[in-house]
Amino acid sequence: MSISNYPKEQLLTFYRQMVKVREFELRAINERRAGLIPGFIHSCVGQEATAVGACAALNQDDVITSTHRGHGHLVAKGGEPRYMMAELAARQTGYCGGKGGSLHMTDFELGILGANGIVAGGIPMAVGAALAFQMRGEQRVALSFFGDGAVNEGAFHEAANLAGLWKLPMIFFCENNLYGEGTPQDKQAPVKDLSIRAAGYAFPGVIVDGNDVTAVYEATQEAVARARAGEGPTFIEGKTYRYRGHYEGDPMVYRSPEELEAWQERDPIAAFRQRLLEHKFASESEITAVESEIQSLLDEAVEFAAQSPQPTRESALDGVYGDTHEGRVF
Amino acid sequence: MDRKITFSEAINEAMAEEMRRDEAVFLIGEDVGVFGGVFGVSTGLFDEFGETRVRDTPISEIAIVGGGLGAALMGMRPIAEIMFADFVACAMDQVVNQVAKARYMSGGKASVPLTLRIVNGAPGSAAAQHSQSPEAWFMNVPGLKIAIPATPYDAKGLLKSAVRGEDPVLFFEHKMLYAEPGEVPEDDYTVPFGEAVVRRAGKDITILAIGGVLPRVMAATEQLAAAGIDAEVIDPRTLVPFDKETVIKSVQKTNRVVIVHEAHKRAGPGAEIAAMLAEEAIGYLDAPIVRVATKNVPFPYAPDLEQYILPTVEDITEAVSAVVAYRL
Repeated sequence: MSISNYPKEQLLTFYRQMVKVREFELRAINERRAGLIPGFIHSCVGQEATAVGACAALNQDDVITSTHRGHGHLVAKGGEPRYMMAELAARQTGYCGGKGGSLHMTDFELGILGANGIVAGGIPMAVGAALAFQMRGEQRVALSFFGDGAVNEGAFHEAANLAGLWKLPMIFFCENNLYGEGTPQDKQAPVKDLSIRAAGYAFPGVIVDGNDVTAVYEATQEAVARARAGEGPTFIEGKTYRYRGHYEGDPMVYRSPEELEAWQERDPIAAFRQRLLEHKFASESEITAVESEIQSLLDEAVEFAAQSPQPTRESALDGVYGDTHEGRVF
Repeated sequence: MDRKITFSEAINEAMAEEMRRDEAVFLIGEDVGVFGGVFGVSTGLFDEFGETRVRDTPISEIAIVGGGLGAALMGMRPIAEIMFADFVACAMDQVVNQVAKARYMSGGKASVPLTLRIVNGAPGSAAAQHSQSPEAWFMNVPGLKIAIPATPYDAKGLLKSAVRGEDPVLFFEHKMLYAEPGEVPEDDYTVPFGEAVVRRAGKDITILAIGGVLPRVMAATEQLAAAGIDAEVIDPRTLVPFDKETVIKSVQKTNRVVIVHEAHKRAGPGAEIAAMLAEEAIGYLDAPIVRVATKNVPFPYAPDLEQYILPTVEDITEAVSAVVAYRL
């Protein structure tokens, strides 16, 4: 669909969300260096269009499962930067009260079933959520984000097989950024297009330009419509690239600066900004206004995190079980 | 209370009654539907509840456990059957990293009312991959609860508690208990977690009988009684939570303990219980704490070899006699 068919407000929302994701990551990287954030971070800088385009096609009561590189998914699904930053800063006010951190950030009200520290670990969970929706006759869908590395895990295979067999309302969203940790995809899989694996589970596999937010949005919309119509899952492979290392501090000896530069020339945010201006969907001043709005939002988020109280030591012992049997579980 | 049904029938009744009571309860696993379960435990459920709520799956333990987790997070109350406890190893990440930690990682927000019915125990010549009792693997993982019933009454009551609770439960069913009969009331009841039961009152020694070894322990107490040893038998019923109070109270009286289980001896459930008693009750003990458990080798296929490594009635009577005879 041509960009000219979109309402202006929707395009600006795509832009706002992508800028929010990137700025969140850049602030998190800085605040980690500055000492506010104690744990490690896997940033998604460069992959903003997949998170934003995919989540834009979902309703709030649809659910996602995310990955170690999950901040973008969470922002795109409605996560508030202040509570996310507070979680990264290990504060009481964070989404998980400082118990989860980057790898386990969760908010059920927003349909975020969690980032995940285990590659492919969240995919079976999404299958279960989709099963619950199907059993109850609800029109909701579950979308599982994962990377190219995850399709080589057994959990992906079992989840895809079951979802295909039972025609579950689910979307398998693979962000193929060409590297599984520090090893290129061609050293990890015998196929270039991972979406062809969907054929083995009898559901469609589609490839989209993962740096094009409207292409991602449209592919996901179609997959969501199929899922809601009871036609089963879709595998979407968004080809994209991460600008930074697998984790902050990764020396990145496994790839060339030229490769990075070539991808940066196709930057999802800069390219979309250019399209908005060229098609006169927004003026330079409108775009700048969005950008400064996000700057303020992130200023406030960092401030909120820094000012928030640390969790109490005793809280480490809470929240392991729902029913504690008068303390006997410990 | 005089109606007698088997351990297997008790579990079947618990599932059927909970499914009738609550639409959110469903059964998922390999061959649980049309087949009725390889041990017949879910016989009749497919006919009553249909394929939507009694779901045959592919041989995919990761998807069974992970799918159960996702459904539980969305408000369902799945009962997932793992056909042989040995196979839970295929789904280890889901059990250990996902299911167990979902609540804690989310800051206490996630409820995971997921029950994993796991079939353990040595049935005879099932060899190394169909005989294990791996309860202790999971005692080391905070976030899981572990039930290990030994009677039809407890199987039914504990399973109902598991299904109605808000936490993930590993519910271990010993294969050799399935045919054991016992009194089970027809009225609705539950058995709470974390409450041990005294199976036989005695004054000379405390025998802790965990799960499938209970019939062997009770047989041993008959022989011991004939030899003048009056043993008290405690069945903990759940390993997590664990009822320390009842065990310590018994030890205060008897001053001697033998722990019996079919899990392997090294770092089995008995190791944790012995360590707890050493920390909290050593002043009451007049003899070493002794464990009678499966020898630390994989299960052999040959019947005589298997019997040699398993805890037998003779092993129990010998160990108990030695501990009772021990003088400081």
